[in-house]
Amino acid sequence: MSLNRRELIGGAAALSTAAMLPQAAMAADTIQLGSILDTSGIFDAYGKPMDQAMRLAVKEINDAGGLLGRQVKVAAYDTQSDMALYSQYAQQLTRQDQVDVVHGGILSASREAIRQTMRKTKTLYFYNVQYEGGVCDRNIFVTGVTPAQQVEVLVPYAMKKSGPKVHILAADYNYGQITARWIQKFVEENGGEVVATDFFPLDVADFGSTITKIQQTSPDLVFAPLVGGAHLSFFRQWSAAGMKDKIPLASTTMGVGNEHKVLTPEEGNGIMVAYNYSQELGTPANIAFKAKWQAEYGDTTAIHELAVSTYQGIMLWAEGVRKAGSIERDAVVDALETGVSIEGPAGKVTIDPQTHHATVDVHIMEFESQGMTVIETLPQRAPIDTQAVCNLQANPDDNTQYEIEI
Amino acid sequence: MDLSFVIFVEVLYGVASLVLISAGLAVVFGMMKVINLAHGEFMMMGGYATITAVGYGVNVFVAMLIIAPLVVGLIGLVVERLVIRHLYGRLIDTMLATWGLSLVFIGLATMIFGNTTTGISTPIPGFAFGGYQVNGYNFFIIIVSILLVITMYAILRGTRAGLIARGTMQHSDMASALGYSSDRIYMMTFFCGSALSGLAGAVLAPLVGLVPTSGGAYIAKAFITVIAGGPSLIAGLVSSATSFGLVSQFFTFTISPVIGEVALLIAAVILLRTMPKGITGRFFKGKL
Amino acid sequence: MSRRASQDVTITLVVSAFLIWFLPLMISTYTLTVLVIYGMLGLSLGLIWGFGGILCFGQAAFFGLGAYTYAITAINIGESTLPMILAVLVPAVFAALLGAMMFYGRLTDVYLGVITLVVTLILFKFMNSTAGPQYAIGNARLGGFNGIPGFQTLNVPGDPSAYIWGDTYFYVCALALVIVFLLVTWLLRSSFGRIAVGIRENEVRMGLMGYNVAARKTMLFAIGAAIAGLAGALFANWGEIVTPNLFSLGQSAEIIIWCIVGGLGTRFGPIVGAAGLAYLKFMLGQQSMIDNTLIMGLILVLFVLFLPRGLVPAIETLLNSIIGHKKRKPKPHRMRRARHG
Repeated sequence: MSLNRRELIGGAAALSTAAMLPQAAMAADTIQLGSILDTSGIFDAYGKPMDQAMRLAVKEINDAGGLLGRQVKVAAYDTQSDMALYSQYAQQLTRQDQVDVVHGGILSASREAIRQTMRKTKTLYFYNVQYEGGVCDRNIFVTGVTPAQQVEVLVPYAMKKSGPKVHILAADYNYGQITARWIQKFVEENGGEVVATDFFPLDVADFGSTITKIQQTSPDLVFAPLVGGAHLSFFRQWSAAGMKDKIPLASTTMGVGNEHKVLTPEEGNGIMVAYNYSQELGTPANIAFKAKWQAEYGDTTAIHELAVSTYQGIMLWAEGVRKAGSIERDAVVDALETGVSIEGPAGKVTIDPQTHHATVDVHIMEFESQGMTVIETLPQRAPIDTQAVCNLQANPDDNTQYEIEI
Repeated sequence: MDLSFVIFVEVLYGVASLVLISAGLAVVFGMMKVINLAHGEFMMMGGYATITAVGYGVNVFVAMLIIAPLVVGLIGLVVERLVIRHLYGRLIDTMLATWGLSLVFIGLATMIFGNTTTGISTPIPGFAFGGYQVNGYNFFIIIVSILLVITMYAILRGTRAGLIARGTMQHSDMASALGYSSDRIYMMTFFCGSALSGLAGAVLAPLVGLVPTSGGAYIAKAFITVIAGGPSLIAGLVSSATSFGLVSQFFTFTISPVIGEVALLIAAVILLRTMPKGITGRFFKGKL
Repeated sequence: MSRRASQDVTITLVVSAFLIWFLPLMISTYTLTVLVIYGMLGLSLGLIWGFGGILCFGQAAFFGLGAYTYAITAINIGESTLPMILAVLVPAVFAALLGAMMFYGRLTDVYLGVITLVVTLILFKFMNSTAGPQYAIGNARLGGFNGIPGFQTLNVPGDPSAYIWGDTYFYVCALALVIVFLLVTWLLRSSFGRIAVGIRENEVRMGLMGYNVAARKTMLFAIGAAIAGLAGALFANWGEIVTPNLFSLGQSAEIIIWCIVGGLGTRFGPIVGAAGLAYLKFMLGQQSMIDNTLIMGLILVLFVLFLPRGLVPAIETLLNSIIGHKKRKPKPHRMRRARHG
């Protein structure tokens, strides 16, 4: 009996709380943009520049008169590299702050932790990070590149420069596993052969035995989608063993968090990569972007791929809002699905209506004295991996992350 | 033949690096029965000290072998005076306080150096042995570890300070009754232990990418090695580093680096279960 | 213990009823839910460490094991009742085996700490390296670093479509905590609990008195793990995703910090410490002035130096001295920290 009474009181209390909340949230007629990023803890090397890019984009929108005549206000939370906080702040943003859109999430796990909350509360969600591909959900837009977009162009280039025998070293998690399979597929399509594939959990920092093993398989090319600070040791130890000039390296991840600025030129030069963005891009759009960043933060060295994706993600969202003439989720989604595109620092970015991923320019690059020199630009590469499994035009109610069968 | 030589070097390197990363912790634990959970962060600071010094144009070996240990030793001294000395005799409390300190150091390093990965390149080039390339820096680490162990032994065995230190280790009451201030001895010990941590961090810095949270990767391994070593300082350190190094490198080469790490951990469980007081609690009793 | 059992239960019920009514007015129930869950996790370590003298560096292992057990079985069964039960049993059995191995081997102190730490690390490393498709239990992919999302969340027993979520879920969790708290109270008042405290104070003496020390410690350890497992399952339901981070050293560290800050050797202290610090962390994430790691570290150092017994005992002492209550109950928290730590 006492239980029932307590539940009753509790229920009443909850009701009164719920009644109190919206008043606080709807005070001003601004547009609320929620941001969830790790700006402290172990992933903050990725998160901090993303946060800066987000604020820069919002400032730019506001300086130009805002959206639909309204100013955009940021509600940002630091998840401190803790997955449990993602869930909490997602609830905070959607239920308490009642934001109109959420940009954020870095690791795939963090995205999956908040994606369902966004969907349930009908809050539009942008995930602006390079990731393994396959998310199929009408409520989410992904503006980062996916493995196939990079690997499809990078593998033929790297094999042409080296040879047909490839050894793969990948980070042992979802992204690495899937990327390794894509690499294998494209290597075989280009007439090559994968001699071995090794996976490394993210905290492995000692690659001595691996380097010995690679010498046993003696490949023509080492493909290394390795991730994070610990894995950076591989490139260092590879060079220390004097292997760098013997077997060339290619990677789909090296440099995403500006790792190439850490390696000395001797260690880094010649590593082949393919990304959407490089600080060394000489396009007018990038030069203007860097000038704006310089004016705001005083130093452009921190800009990286993910920061630019975030910037482009916010600009795409803003474009969608303008086109829809509304901030209602469904109106914005419909507007974005018409194939909205913007000119970002990294070139033209177009929303792919079928997958809600982005069609982007991919640049093949080589490291050169701690920068990325563009070798070749392949315009407007579609997210072919996600397209293979996801069609939101045909199944708008889809809500899965597909593991793409290759 | 070439291959077996290369593997032999790698195994030796595995053992040497374990000795190196555990030495600072072992000194502090062996002498003071204090487990310094900020040990990993001391290593991290050694790495940053080296990189900063090299950035100012100091020779890399001077930075690694002299500047980093000094800087970290001094930081250790401050920590000992401010925090640790209030907690002697309270093992768990010192662990918790140093744990807190490790978080503080991570926070400070993040504020000062930022959180992007940094590093320096290895100062020693690789060389070819038969058909294989070998990392020349591995030899440097092996030599540093051997010299370290010999020096520690010589100091403890041959000098008056070592004698006093050993006396304090065995009977701190007796040592202080004989007029040796245990307070000062503890202070010096903590300085030396921190300096060793700094040295280890500095010497390993060229092999890895350094971030403020780097220390976390070492602390568990060092902790396990020291505890499994047992009461004797040097014999415990060398014997447990050797056994763990052999086990983990064996599985690393036959299966994969992950299995190597897991094998090390499982070996630790088995070892502590069969020898609850560590290796030197059963063998090499009474040795240094 | 001077207070009678019925008095204790009444106070617990009144205080918790008040808190369950009052707190949702201040904090959103979603955040409160996780505070309650952390409170339960803190209590689990508070029980075995504060009253049993077993310093476990791997309480997070049982927490994570509970969460993973729940997630894996929920995916395979599609209903939540059996998974909840298994999430309590699996960690308990695991702890009983681990505990038997340790306590019958007469491991104590730091050595105990190392073993529990190592076991946590093994689980963490293993879970982190299960990203490949070959790691699956039934229909559930273990998922490696990214963890397992998308499992069936808590439902009314027998009806998989009647989900318990939102505010209701908070009341379920709060009620679970109250029940666990009362069970712990009962356990500590029973002879088992008093003998456990006796073992904490002097293991040899209790052994010589004829008690089977190893068996009793193993049992207490398993009970603590069961509570942690329950907390893990509730956490999995709350977050709707489980990741290997649950097993991480950082998580284990936090649990220990909660106990120290709240007060070891009390039942209420670890709960207060857990909820308080988790809420502090949540608040800190909304500012970007100071690095949050730094603040947590400072708190821990300052507590160990200046308030080593923790908040709750300190406040109790303070209250007693103000009221002038001379007849103080013999404090269970006067454990000899010097011996265990």
